[in-house]
Amino acid sequence: MTAPSALDAPPAVRPARGRGTSPRANLMRIGLGAAALLGIAVVWELYKWLGPSDGLVIGEARLLPRTSDLAMPHIPDMLTRLFEPVTRADGSPPLWLEVANAAAVTLGIAAVGWLLGLIVGLALSLVMVRWRLAESSLMPWIVLSQTVPLIAFAPVVRSWGSRIEIGAFEWQDWMSVALIASYLAFFPIAIGALRGLQSPTAMHNDLMKSYAAGWWATLIKLRLPASVPYLLPALRLGAANAVVGAIVAEVSTGLRGGIGRMIVQYAGQASGDPAKSWGPIFGAIILGLLAAGSVALIGGGLRNYRRAEVSA
Amino acid sequence: MTLHNPSVKSVQTTDAVVATGVSKVFDAAGVTALDGVDLVVRAGEFVSLIGPSGCGKSTLLRLIADLDEPSGGTLQIFGKSAKQARIDQDYGIAFQQAGLLPWRTVAANIELPLELHGFPKAQRADRSRELLDLVGLSDFGQRYPDELSGGMQQRIAIARALAEKPNLLLMDEPFGALDEMTRERMQTELTRICAETGAAVVFVTHSIPEAVFLSDRVVVMSPRPGRIETVVPMALGPAHERGDQIREDPTFFSMVTAVREALHQGAPARGTDNR
Repeated sequence: MTAPSALDAPPAVRPARGRGTSPRANLMRIGLGAAALLGIAVVWELYKWLGPSDGLVIGEARLLPRTSDLAMPHIPDMLTRLFEPVTRADGSPPLWLEVANAAAVTLGIAAVGWLLGLIVGLALSLVMVRWRLAESSLMPWIVLSQTVPLIAFAPVVRSWGSRIEIGAFEWQDWMSVALIASYLAFFPIAIGALRGLQSPTAMHNDLMKSYAAGWWATLIKLRLPASVPYLLPALRLGAANAVVGAIVAEVSTGLRGGIGRMIVQYAGQASGDPAKSWGPIFGAIILGLLAAGSVALIGGGLRNYRRAEVSA
Repeated sequence: MTLHNPSVKSVQTTDAVVATGVSKVFDAAGVTALDGVDLVVRAGEFVSLIGPSGCGKSTLLRLIADLDEPSGGTLQIFGKSAKQARIDQDYGIAFQQAGLLPWRTVAANIELPLELHGFPKAQRADRSRELLDLVGLSDFGQRYPDELSGGMQQRIAIARALAEKPNLLLMDEPFGALDEMTRERMQTELTRICAETGAAVVFVTHSIPEAVFLSDRVVVMSPRPGRIETVVPMALGPAHERGDQIREDPTFFSMVTAVREALHQGAPARGTDNR
């Protein structure tokens, strides 16, 4: 009796993830995404057309925005503005190029911050997995760290950083921004990694013990692979946080060249050129999507680690 | 390191498990899970532990596997301490859930213990092919666990337990989560595998027919505190020479009755769950 019979025929082979990966399902997803974007644009224009021109103010609070061209430029205006020169000066590049350059600078800084957050987050989660005492003593501080307002914190980091000078190494202003970005990025990564590393069941731990496997062997063969499904969303959250952190830190430390500074600068010119100030805002949105999307690419390479565990 | 242990012959003459006055108290709950258990499992012998929930049969298995430590008494596995036996990989273990690692292929799951103990790659691949043949799943080595049925996963878990040619196989209700038909097929298969490997087996189960069909001796346990009520020897010939036809044999039914009566002797009077 060796041949597997119909009794224990395997279930039909299905894709590792529940969500469809067929071309049709992909098309559907892209279509829905585009429809959502279009929907927002339609709501914007409808409100601008029908809404009260002075908005809705009750007491001191403005509940609905003004519909003037200054407050809410037409969407086609915002888009065409992207392809016009930044200033009226000769040889001025188109706005979209200027925005893209600034976004690239911020993306670079955010990536450094994300990487730093990844290292710190993983290290913290490993320490907490290794020693139960570390978990109960570190966790409150990790949660507390996220309640410190970034705006208050950024100038302090910058002024501390400016005093660092070790040999040929001199602290750069962008490093302060990357550090603040990592401060936001490490949190979801530490929490996600901890949950993932603790996800193996008691039975799996017993099994590793029965193999007389040590802590490191158990970490590498069991805990790390098991943490992947928890780690990937955490990394994506961390990437989005790093971008937000980088933009806010650029504003509050006054770093030039990035998109954060550009948002503030163009907002100052909004009275003369309202559509222009929306350029860097679009840039920031695309930046966040790009950052989260690159993490999704990592997930594609780790598909086998995301197979749902099935019990007998 | 090699899979072919020259000392196997001498090991075979030693008893697989010798438990003397073993007890286990869970301090946190203040529960006496086992009290004064004496048990000898000879090399190559198939012994089932049966009893109502809370009789400590799984606890006893975990003590033998050195996943927990006894509170009292001594436990020897092939003449060594339980801890040494675990470190020397003298036993293989299978649980109620197959517990395969979902990110590894079936072959890589079987090779996991070999990988952890530093066997070279070629030797690992040979061994997993052998074992896939043994459990009748040769074509499934490159599949992933989620592509297999529950019965197939459990067979892979048994193959994994056999990876290092242990002389002792510990099984904690390995067929408990399977449907009745698959379960009977797995039992027949297990007797064949045991015949081929010659390993001693300690098998925890809730099912009387399963215990009778598989075992040389059935150890009947009772709860609160967990202890051995009686040991019923099975007069059905050597366990590994049995086939499916024995399930229809009158002796089989009389053995089922014998175990059932032994189970019910102490239990109903204490108003415990007996099935």
